[in-house]
Amino acid sequence: MNRATLDLWVGFFVAIGLAALLFLALKVGNLASTQVGETYRLQAEFDNIGGLKVRAPIKSAGVVVGRVSEIRFDPESYRAVVGMQVDNRYKFPRDTILTINTSGLLGEQYIGFEVGGDTEMLKDGATIKKTQSAVVLEKLISQFMFNKAQDDSGKK
Amino acid sequence: MQDNYLSGGLRGLGRRVTSRIWRLGFASRFLLAILLYSGTALRRFGLTIREIYFTGVLSLVIILVSGLFVGMVLGLQGYDTLQRYGSSEALGILVALSLVRELGPVVAALLFASRAGSAITAEIGLMKATEQLSAMEMMAISPIARVVAPRFWAGVISMPILAALFSALGIFGGYLVGVQLIGVDEGSFWSQMQASVDFREDILNGVIKSFVFGLIVSWIAVFEGYDCEPTAEGVSGATTRTVVTSSLAILAADFILTAFMFRGV
Amino acid sequence: MIWLAIQSDRMPLPNHPRPRFVSSEPLVKLTDVNFTYDRRPVLQGINMEIHRGKVVAIMGLSGCGKTTTLRLIGGQLKATSGEVKVAGQVINDLDNDGLYQLRRRMGMLFQFGALFTDMSVYDNVAFQMREHTDLPEDLIHDMVMMKLHAVGLRGAHHLMPSELSGGMARRVALARAIALDPLLIMYDEPFAGLDPISLSIIGELIRTLNHALGCSSIVVTHDIQESLKIVDYVYFVSEGKIVAEGTPDDIKHSKEPYVHQFVWGEPDGPVSFHYPARPYGEEIYRETARAR
Repeated sequence: MNRATLDLWVGFFVAIGLAALLFLALKVGNLASTQVGETYRLQAEFDNIGGLKVRAPIKSAGVVVGRVSEIRFDPESYRAVVGMQVDNRYKFPRDTILTINTSGLLGEQYIGFEVGGDTEMLKDGATIKKTQSAVVLEKLISQFMFNKAQDDSGKK
Repeated sequence: MQDNYLSGGLRGLGRRVTSRIWRLGFASRFLLAILLYSGTALRRFGLTIREIYFTGVLSLVIILVSGLFVGMVLGLQGYDTLQRYGSSEALGILVALSLVRELGPVVAALLFASRAGSAITAEIGLMKATEQLSAMEMMAISPIARVVAPRFWAGVISMPILAALFSALGIFGGYLVGVQLIGVDEGSFWSQMQASVDFREDILNGVIKSFVFGLIVSWIAVFEGYDCEPTAEGVSGATTRTVVTSSLAILAADFILTAFMFRGV
Repeated sequence: MIWLAIQSDRMPLPNHPRPRFVSSEPLVKLTDVNFTYDRRPVLQGINMEIHRGKVVAIMGLSGCGKTTTLRLIGGQLKATSGEVKVAGQVINDLDNDGLYQLRRRMGMLFQFGALFTDMSVYDNVAFQMREHTDLPEDLIHDMVMMKLHAVGLRGAHHLMPSELSGGMARRVALARAIALDPLLIMYDEPFAGLDPISLSIIGELIRTLNHALGCSSIVVTHDIQESLKIVDYVYFVSEGKIVAEGTPDDIKHSKEPYVHQFVWGEPDGPVSFHYPARPYGEEIYRETARAR
């Protein structure tokens, strides 16, 4: 095998390797969509975040507008503090309500922005107090069972 | 007599343990020597390119074909399980994440160890058995610089490329079965995949994994070849040891790396 | 013819000027050399001198320490005690670089040639020239052709080592060993496994190359008949010690029982036919006792 053929094959090998990596990065991964450019920071306090994870999406009207960047516990108020990076292009009114929703019955959890009517917009670093906790399935079921039992006993 | 037998056994065990530790020390010193003597392999890159051909290009077929089949099987099995929960659109996520994070680097490394690693060991072992390494030393040319280091670097360079190809082909195989054959919606297959596969968390970590596996396999392969008994049995034994040791090392390293990388996600 | 071919390309190679020697000092000198491997003494009190321009044979049975001696001289092994001196330098005191510098002036022919199997004959011979010098490729081509011509294989330059017969491979290896015009050529069992014609060709080449290059040669062998024809001096090694030495004529007429047995190939003598064992009767008795 002479030198030129060898170089050609190895060049081909490296080229398709890079092509595979590019395919993984662009088509499979979200490299293109993660480069949203500038973001600003928001904070929110929740009573219960359920199964929310770091990097979970933030959606408004079903469109992803940012990601959860950190989750910590506040030892003074005993609430969960969620840090968020929101796309600079989108501004939200100050009275926006945050809810933790689940995509599908068992899907991953995300934060939903329910837009209010205030004329003033949320600024970088602002903290949102109006939040709705995650729905905990066990609580829901036990509530349902309790109501059902009450109904049944009422009928009798 | 009984006592003698027991102490003999203990002594044998002790000797085996010390010889293992001795070998590990020798292997580490050998790795250091490779790194020190890598100047030639990198300066005269033609030597390394030649070895990339033998380790990387010649492993292409087995990697591509197995990647495709693994992806197709994932497509079938994944669909079968997901459709019970009515979430067959998540097939793309399942195929992509399992390939990019685990199967791509690990299976490609296992195949690489048995295809290229064993070949490297056999080649270096044969060169030792036929005194070619000795001859080189007597010509005042370091066999570590001239023979071992280029093969080592070729393995380290080839491994991530092969793993990326394996993953890419696997995802394509999953797409073929899931979308073309079974009829999962093409749009949601790709978009769900893109929404949950992260470039840094998943793809880059997969590349780092395969790079580490490349280091491990190449190190074991060149070491076993260089250290083997210079006879026919010695070479065949070393070749087997390369495949067994590197497979175990890959799986163990995979556990450690995964524990570090995907913690808390 | 051979002489001309080799003389014509004796040009100074860069980086390592040829050292000058006081002619009276031997090229290789071993003084009281001991070598122990795994607490087992392999060589004991070896004294040897190899003078310039001579062909010296080291003879003995397989496993008696001949090859070890060769490796000590080449610096692949280090003597446990004693001094190995080559070209005025003590091998034991050299660091890796010094050893590699010295080895550039040594050629070694390995038992089965040890040709690089992934390179053609041409590339094998050119290997050291390319690694150690920056000579232009056309000059290397001429030098390779001269070396191959000297061993009569100029026409085989394009073949791969797998296509060569045993004798041809040995000759190519010889051409490779003399690639950089060494001061000292070492032959490790050059006659092993050769047909009679190849055997005498190699013997002839050892003699003529030694003369043409003006170097010294050490031949490690147990082929007594062929080597006595070509060497100037013989050392006999048995169980790690030198038991006899002298010119071929001395050896042929030696009364030393070991040498006599070796030269005449007698099946029994100081080297016993039987592997050491316990008394025969005892062994037989044990067998019958077990049978009962």
